[in-house]
Amino acid sequence: MKQAFNQLLQMTAIVGAVLVAGACDLRRSAVLDPKGPIALAERDLLIDAFIVMMLVVVPVILLTLFFAWRYRASSTTAAYTPKWAESVRIDTVVWVIPALIVVAVAVLVWRSTHKLDPYRPLASSVAPLEVQVVAQDWKWLFIYPEQGIAVVNQLAFPSGRPVSLKITSDTVMNSFYVPQLAGQIYAMAGMQTKLQLLADAPGTFVGRNSQYSGGGFSDQHFEVIAQTPADFDAWVAKAKQAPVKLDATTYPALAAKSRRNPIAYYSAVEPGLYDSIIAKFTHGNHASGAATPPARR
Amino acid sequence: MFGRLTIEALPLYSWVAVGGAAVTVGGALLVAIVVTWLKAWKYLWTEWLTSVDHKRIGIMYIVVALIMLVRGFVDAIMMRAQQAVALNSGGYLPPEHFDQIFSSHGTIMIFFMAMPFMTGLLNIAVPLQIGTRDVAFPFLNSLSLWLTSAGAGLVLVSLVIGKFSTAGWTGYPPYSGVEYTPGVGVDYWIWAILISGVGSTLSGINFIVTILKRRAPGMTLMRMPPFVWTALCTSVLMAFAFPALTVACGLLALDRLAGMHFFTNAHGGNMMNYPNLFWIWGHPEVYILILPAFGVFSEVVSTFSRKRLFGYESLVYATAAIAILSFTVWLHHFFTMGSSANVNAFFGITTMIIAVPTGVKVFNWLLTMYRGRIEFHPSMLWSIGFMVTFVIGGMTGVLLAIPSADFLMHNTTFLVAHFHNMIIPGVLFGYLAGYMYWFPKAFGFAFDRVWGARSFWCWFVGFYLAFMPLYILGFKGMPRRMEHYNDPSWQPYLMVAALGAVVVLCGIGCMVMQLYVSVRDRNLTRDSTGDPWDGRTLEWSTSSPPPAYNFAVLPEVRDREPFLDMKERGVAYQRPAHYEDIYMPKNSMVGVVMGALAFVLGFAVIWYIWWLVIACGLAMWVALIAKSSDDEAEYMIPAAEVAKIEEARYRALGSRAGGGT
Repeated sequence: MKQAFNQLLQMTAIVGAVLVAGACDLRRSAVLDPKGPIALAERDLLIDAFIVMMLVVVPVILLTLFFAWRYRASSTTAAYTPKWAESVRIDTVVWVIPALIVVAVAVLVWRSTHKLDPYRPLASSVAPLEVQVVAQDWKWLFIYPEQGIAVVNQLAFPSGRPVSLKITSDTVMNSFYVPQLAGQIYAMAGMQTKLQLLADAPGTFVGRNSQYSGGGFSDQHFEVIAQTPADFDAWVAKAKQAPVKLDATTYPALAAKSRRNPIAYYSAVEPGLYDSIIAKFTHGNHASGAATPPARR
Repeated sequence: MFGRLTIEALPLYSWVAVGGAAVTVGGALLVAIVVTWLKAWKYLWTEWLTSVDHKRIGIMYIVVALIMLVRGFVDAIMMRAQQAVALNSGGYLPPEHFDQIFSSHGTIMIFFMAMPFMTGLLNIAVPLQIGTRDVAFPFLNSLSLWLTSAGAGLVLVSLVIGKFSTAGWTGYPPYSGVEYTPGVGVDYWIWAILISGVGSTLSGINFIVTILKRRAPGMTLMRMPPFVWTALCTSVLMAFAFPALTVACGLLALDRLAGMHFFTNAHGGNMMNYPNLFWIWGHPEVYILILPAFGVFSEVVSTFSRKRLFGYESLVYATAAIAILSFTVWLHHFFTMGSSANVNAFFGITTMIIAVPTGVKVFNWLLTMYRGRIEFHPSMLWSIGFMVTFVIGGMTGVLLAIPSADFLMHNTTFLVAHFHNMIIPGVLFGYLAGYMYWFPKAFGFAFDRVWGARSFWCWFVGFYLAFMPLYILGFKGMPRRMEHYNDPSWQPYLMVAALGAVVVLCGIGCMVMQLYVSVRDRNLTRDSTGDPWDGRTLEWSTSSPPPAYNFAVLPEVRDREPFLDMKERGVAYQRPAHYEDIYMPKNSMVGVVMGALAFVLGFAVIWYIWWLVIACGLAMWVALIAKSSDDEAEYMIPAAEVAKIEEARYRALGSRAGGGT
């Protein structure tokens, strides 16, 4: 008996330790540990909605288990009312209470969806840093029009300054995804989507393509670096030293299929390159660069 | 002569692929040898393959579903094994192979496991529950079965000849377009879905008409059993939603075959029109699958709580509301397309509204258990397991329906965990509950309870082990469909998930044992009553298995629980004053022949063997004309023959202690 008890205690301790370790690990997970105001607001929304939903989920689980036990056939004390099947009062409650919860969550949804619209520029005293993003097989190209540089698989910017991303694809559909800063949005050829980023403090984060895009998909991740303004300037200066320029002659080699591309810098970018990548799929059907998904035309 | 089909099409690119092909071919050969050894070809052909009897068609649908469940599960456990080991390494599957596996897993589980399983349960139960002798269009029913089987056959053949799609079960262009994926894989996917999709549309029409026109006298709409209500709503959804899928896949096929530009990057194509069309089918599809499962739960919970179903009308309205609302939410599958906040918020809110009628249903089952006498039959275990697990999936679904939160979680394993959380406990547990509930009705002997319960516990525990880690990995930002990864903190969770898959494998093993033990002991467990659960609805009033004509005299319905009502009034099992001749549809080989032709046609299109496409198309046309010209599609069972069958049943009933009146 005592031995069994000890074994039980040991088992409980092991399971408990695993759960505690899991919980600590979960707290550090990308989505639950945001590093910028947008991802933070999105996470808080997730948690608020989770708490509201628990008002229904927990009672249902507990009641199911309780009723299954209480009204088991072998019970001799439980009431049995085989013909009881109607109750206007209960019907009203089961329709109205979930409906009220949905109304509450709907208000939350309407407000948050507008507030966190990825196209909406962030309020800030500093002008946003513009970056043009091109999804390729199987890498990410970042063009900095102000700085006149381009980088493969690395997105750097100063922390505290909003980053305004314009995103397209030079291949199949991708999804630009930085879980700790901004969530994600699709990248589609011939079209442009937008996403805003802001990092509270310097740090390094992971960015990925979350939309399956073929054989090299698993390696299609990139480094996201939020830096101090001084470090960012130094980073730009370093990129400017790169030997290669990105123009109509060097671009096709970059755009060709390749896997596990190392980070690469281009010291200059031909003006209008990003717009021409969009335009080559649209045959002049759209004003150059203004091409957007149908909903935003 | 053979289009693009050459010897290169054999899967010699890896040992794993050769193994898959060998198992497929070996399995087919084994079946052929066993049938030959039993000298059962003639029996199989005349009694089963050409049958238009809804009960036999139902059983064949479920056989297809169970075979495909095993095939789809092999895919699943291979993916789990790959991801458990593929930290900074290639694992044992190259990307091109892994990508085929996740594509075939989803395609098989939705189209060739869940759909046939659902249609099979409808076939077995609906005509019996509404007290009729067959569906409205028996031949069409056989054709639907064989078209679905032809699609399943194409997916199986892709293991042996050529490759399967790597574009996922959703087949999003432009990746699935010919420019980025030129091989036969996507074509296998398209034609499997096009052919089986026609079958599903026809099934939907068949069951709408059957339920609306063939109910027994007295069975008003509001007296239909809950399963029939869900079957009706599902059939309406099938008839209206499947054409959208057929159009989406058809346009994609035109892009690929005829050089058109509906969904291509360039030349005016727009790839986002595809997800819109696909999910206009795809979201109703979720309810096509789950409503019949809800129907099974309603039957099972009421029967094994020995209590009337609580809030019948509420449940009916909830079902209908879900069916209608299911057409208003499709955009939540791609909030991240870049739609305006108004559009996203609209679809987020409509999605949440569906949670209301769904919640109502859960409370109705809960209140049916309240003050009942609950017996823990395996079907009841599946139902309780469903209720406690499904609410978690519903909750994560509401989280994903918030557009701004979806920006964080979309395309991650959180999404994968969410929809498996709906489809395994919701859909599959429901179908397995129905399978164990109606098995004795279909075969006339008991289905082993012990192995059934073991199977439930393995599935239940295995589900939590396999999918709770995926929720966490979603929080960690792990995208779905990764062949390998570089984040070491993901690996422990993926190992637990792989362990979960192994536990589910034990559950499948228990299902096989259950079948074996039940068939072995069939002579000890024969059920002469036809009513093993003290049932409430009409299917339990006839013998097990029911005679070809189901009911010698069509029953008269006076209550929502017609058979319980008859038992209480003491009129169950009453001998009728006399029997009449019964006309039943004749078996027809046209259904199975057209299915076979559709299979060859699909195969020929995939491989560009155009002369064969034309030949098969013409042959199908001829078969259809021949069938339509057949004026003698029915045969008569004389009254004396009916009397003989029925008297045998009354003798069996009488020999039972305390048997019928």
